[in-house]
Formats: sequence, C-alpha cells, structure tokens
Amino acid sequence: MNQNNNYSNTKATLAIAKASFRSIVRSPSSVVFTLLFPLIFILVFGFIGGSAVSVDVGVVKGSDTQNPVYQALAKSSVVHLINDQPIDQMNSDLAKGHIDAIINIKKNHDGWTLYPPLSVAKSKPAFTVDVQYTKASAEKDNILKSVLSTIFFRMNQLTSNESPVIAELKESTVSGREYKTIDFILPGQLGFSLLSTGVFGTAFVFLSLRITLVIKRFFATPVKRYSIVLGEALARITFALIGALFIILIGHFAFDFTLIHGVSTVLQMLVLSFVGVVIFMGFGFVVSGIAKNESSVPPIANIITLPQFLLSGTFFSISVFPTWLQPVCKALPLTYLNDAMRKIAFEGASLLDVGHQLLILLIWGIIVYSAAVKLFKWE
Amino acid sequence: MAKQPIITVNNLVKNYGDFNAVKDISFEVYEGEIFGLLGPNGAGKTTTLEIIETLRDKTSGQIIVDGFDVDKDPDSIKKRIGVQLQAAGYYPNLNLSELIELFSGLYGINKTPMEMLAKVALTDKAKAKYKELSGGQKQRFSIATTLINDPRIIFLDEPTTGLDPQARRNLWDLIREIRDSGTTVVITTHYMDEAEILCDRVAFVDGGRIIDIDTPDNFIDKLVASGFERKKEVKLANLEDVFINLTGKEWREG
Repeated sequence: MNQNNNYSNTKATLAIAKASFRSIVRSPSSVVFTLLFPLIFILVFGFIGGSAVSVDVGVVKGSDTQNPVYQALAKSSVVHLINDQPIDQMNSDLAKGHIDAIINIKKNHDGWTLYPPLSVAKSKPAFTVDVQYTKASAEKDNILKSVLSTIFFRMNQLTSNESPVIAELKESTVSGREYKTIDFILPGQLGFSLLSTGVFGTAFVFLSLRITLVIKRFFATPVKRYSIVLGEALARITFALIGALFIILIGHFAFDFTLIHGVSTVLQMLVLSFVGVVIFMGFGFVVSGIAKNESSVPPIANIITLPQFLLSGTFFSISVFPTWLQPVCKALPLTYLNDAMRKIAFEGASLLDVGHQLLILLIWGIIVYSAAVKLFKWE
Repeated sequence: MAKQPIITVNNLVKNYGDFNAVKDISFEVYEGEIFGLLGPNGAGKTTTLEIIETLRDKTSGQIIVDGFDVDKDPDSIKKRIGVQLQAAGYYPNLNLSELIELFSGLYGINKTPMEMLAKVALTDKAKAKYKELSGGQKQRFSIATTLINDPRIIFLDEPTTGLDPQARRNLWDLIREIRDSGTTVVITTHYMDEAEILCDRVAFVDGGRIIDIDTPDNFIDKLVASGFERKKEVKLANLEDVFINLTGKEWREG
C-alpha cells in the first residue's frame, strides 16, 4: 500500500496507446485497409498511367494558334484542345461541365517589337490569353491553371533572360511540372486510407472493447475515461500517419509522385492527414455508439465511407459527376481533404492557402464530435 | 483475535426500473478470509459484487471497502482491489506479457510480466495470446491481472465455471495461496462442494436478499441437527473422487 498517491494518468494513457498500437499493427484488417488497398490502387492506376486525367479546352474560332502558349498547350499530354466547335455550343458545354474551359489567345500587334528598346520601358505583353473557367469542373480547371502558369513562367523566364538588366536567374522549382496520373490518384488514396482507418478502425475497436467487457475491466482500475479515449486515439493517429508517410514515400520513389517543396510538402500533407484522421475517427465513435454488435458495424460504416469513397474525387475528379450531384460531392469532408491534399502536393500551396478547405473540415469536425458525444456508449 | 471487517455493506438496494435486483442486504467480509456468495442465477450476486467494485451505481445503502466509502472515494477503492469479471475478454492481439504490461500501466505500478506470470505458473505462456489458453489457464491469467496492484481484496466471479475437476483443484490451491499471503478473497460459485472446501464463510443469496451467513461447517451441522437426512445413504466417496482417483490429481495444460 504504497505508490497509491502518485498515480499518473499520462502513464496510463501511454500504456493504452502502446497496447492499442501493437494491436492495430497485428490486426490484418487495419493493415489491409490502411496500406494494402491504397497501394494496390496506386499500383493499378500508376501502371495504367497515360492521361487518365484530361482537361478539355475549347479554342475560340479566330484565336491565334501561331504562338508559344498555344504550341505548349497542344503539346501537353493533359490538355485536350477542341477547335471545331461554334462558340454557342462551347458556351453551353462549358456550363454543363462537358468541357472544362474555353481559351482565346490574341496577339497584341503593337506589343511585340522585333528589336526591343534599350530602355526598360514597359511594353504591353505580347499575347493576351483569355480563359473562361467553369464551376462545373473546378478541379480540372485548377489543373489547367497550373499548366498555364507553368507555361507562362517558362516563357517569362526566357524573355527576361534576354534582358541584360536581370543579373541573376531566379531559381525555379516549378519548371517541368507535369500533372501525372499519380499526382491525382495518390492524394485520393491517402484520403481513402485515412477514412477507412479512422471510421472502421475506431468503430470496431470501441465496439469490441465494449462487448468483450475489456472496457469494464479497465473501469475496475484507477484509469480515467479520457485516458482510454486519448490512448486509443494516439495509437490510431500514429498508425494512420505512418501509413500516410509510407504511401507518400512509395508514391514518390516508385511512381514519381510530385512533391513540390520536398520535405516541407510531406510535412504539410501529414498535418492535413492528422486533421483528416481526427475527423474520420469522430465518425468511428458515432458508428461504435450506434452499432449493436460487430456485424452491424460494416453496414453503418459503409453508409459513411462509401459515398465519400465514390463522390469525393478519390478515383476521378468530381467534375465527372452530373451537375445535380455536385452539391452532394461538395458537402462531403473527404472532398475537401482530397482537394487540399492535391493543392499542397502538386500546386505547392501552403496550409494557409487551403484555409477554406480546412475551415469546412473544422465545421465537419464540430458536427461529428457533437454527435459522437451524444451517441458514444461505454457499456 | 477479533475479526476485522474489511468490507461492510449496509442496507444495499439496487433497482433497475421496477425490478428490485438487490433488496436491502447487509453483510460483512472479514480481513483475510475467503468469503463465498452463493445462490442461483439472477439472485443478485454479480450486481452486489459490481456495486462493491465501484463498477455499478447503487440505489441506496452504504458500502465501506477497506475504510473507504464507495460514494466518496471510488478511486481509492479501485487502487486497493483486484477484480475478475465473469466472461470478460482481454485486449485483442496482445500476448500475456503485453497484457500484464498494459495493466501495470493502468494501475500505475511497475511490475515485470514474468513476476506476475510466475505467481500463476504461466511463465511458459508469456508469448501466447489469451485466446490460445485453456480454460484453466485463462482463469489463472485473469487472477494474475487482479494481483498486479498488490490488492487488499480480490473479487472472483464464478472463476471455476466450465473447468474440469483437475483445473478446478488447481485453482483452489491458487486461491488458498492468495488468501494465505494475506489477501481477502470474495468469490461467487454455483458449486457447493467448492464452497464447502474453499470458503471460510458463505452467504446464501436468493431473490435479492441474503438468507443466511455462516461457516460451511455450521450450516451443515445446523441442517443435520434439524433432522435432515439424505435420501440416499452417504458413501465415503463420491463420483468426483472416483474421477480424480482414476485420472490423477495433477493438472494438465491444454
């Protein structure tokens, strides 16, 4: 009758986290859903390769085609140019999302001088590129934006090279950026991995601990309830993040997944993964509270995961869905996680740049955890 | 030497809605004894135990465990007792050492797994999973987890249910050792031969009430004195004695 006065909740929490982590790593289903499935999908899509992602761009009749911008677009494997349609048809297709953008390139005759003046007087740009995007396929438009800015960056860099005023070349990491299938697929699979480990893993663990009276036995020890939840959460988050890192690294080294700012991009993706898995675990708590026994977990969990799996841009851009379905897609949390993940990985956005997506994820978090507090059962 | 009560239950009542599971029971458990709660299923044994173990709220009454009131200081009680639940499982995918490690963390106590497993003769199963154990081994392991915090009292809810005669005897020896080392044991069982051999005192519970409390010997003497006679003539041995005699007393693993 001794160490009774210095009981440590931290020690108890860590003991649970350690036990839970060991258990997760040894459970075949968590490894399969968190790592194996996403990797198989990445493998399959990685080998299909090619241009699974294609941005259809209508070219306005009369648009200048003898310029470097057009040439570069025509060479791009991602952008598919459509030349032979009347403007009315194109406008209507654009509104429906059948095509992703309309482009009109005009040559500015007075802006181009064969002999640039010695002075650095500002001249008008040589070309004006008019791009009309559509809300119906915002995601692909982001790809187009990215492709265009790469082209512009290269061109502007070339021109400024000729100017003696600039003494030093700016280092550029954007050059040669090409939107590959893996750049689309991997963030989606990462989202899928976080969703399954968060929802299924959490739901199964708490339900089975409740049914097999493991939690009741815990309650006969001095452990606090929050230690149990925190310990479990710690283990699951650690596992999910290790899984995410694994997927990112395999994607990068085996399939040349684009990580614009290298390590910093990876870290930001991991922060985003953390936000994602915490929210998805909230769904898991809700499911474990609703489910009566282990066999009722999968149906309930699928109601939550399947729509997100299909409609959140995991395998293909949400722009392929009809307009009436778009609002549903745009309500799901995974859509925003995927979106933010792609922006960070490929466009080099920072976490601040994806503030909008994070805000919506935060709102989802509040909703889900309010429900979890009401529905979660200990016994 | 006067017997010191380590558990005092006064006027305990537990209602589930309209159902009165426990109806105003009072009893004391003395320090250092093996105390048996006997009675048919649904008599209120498990409910009573779980209220004493701080796992369940009571409707009314007062309970003092080792000087602490269940209402005021459940945490101090949890630190002083060891609990084996009826049909409880263990954390999945972990081996016995890892489970002991987990419980040590939950109790905030440094115990090596081997030290605990040695107490119940399971050191050779340290790397085995709980579900791979035999019935007797499972119960011994459960008892090991109740001993981690060097408890003053342990509660065993039907620990021998479903065990073969050898495993049962093996567990009796273990429970006696625990009592002899100074830990009070509260046990429930459906086997009267077990209660007769093992328990220092027993309480008969039925319909949520305690009918009587005494030593097994006194109960039997009282019944015989009242003129009770068995229908069949009592032989000097019974069939279980035959079973043990034919199959040997040593306990087998597996």
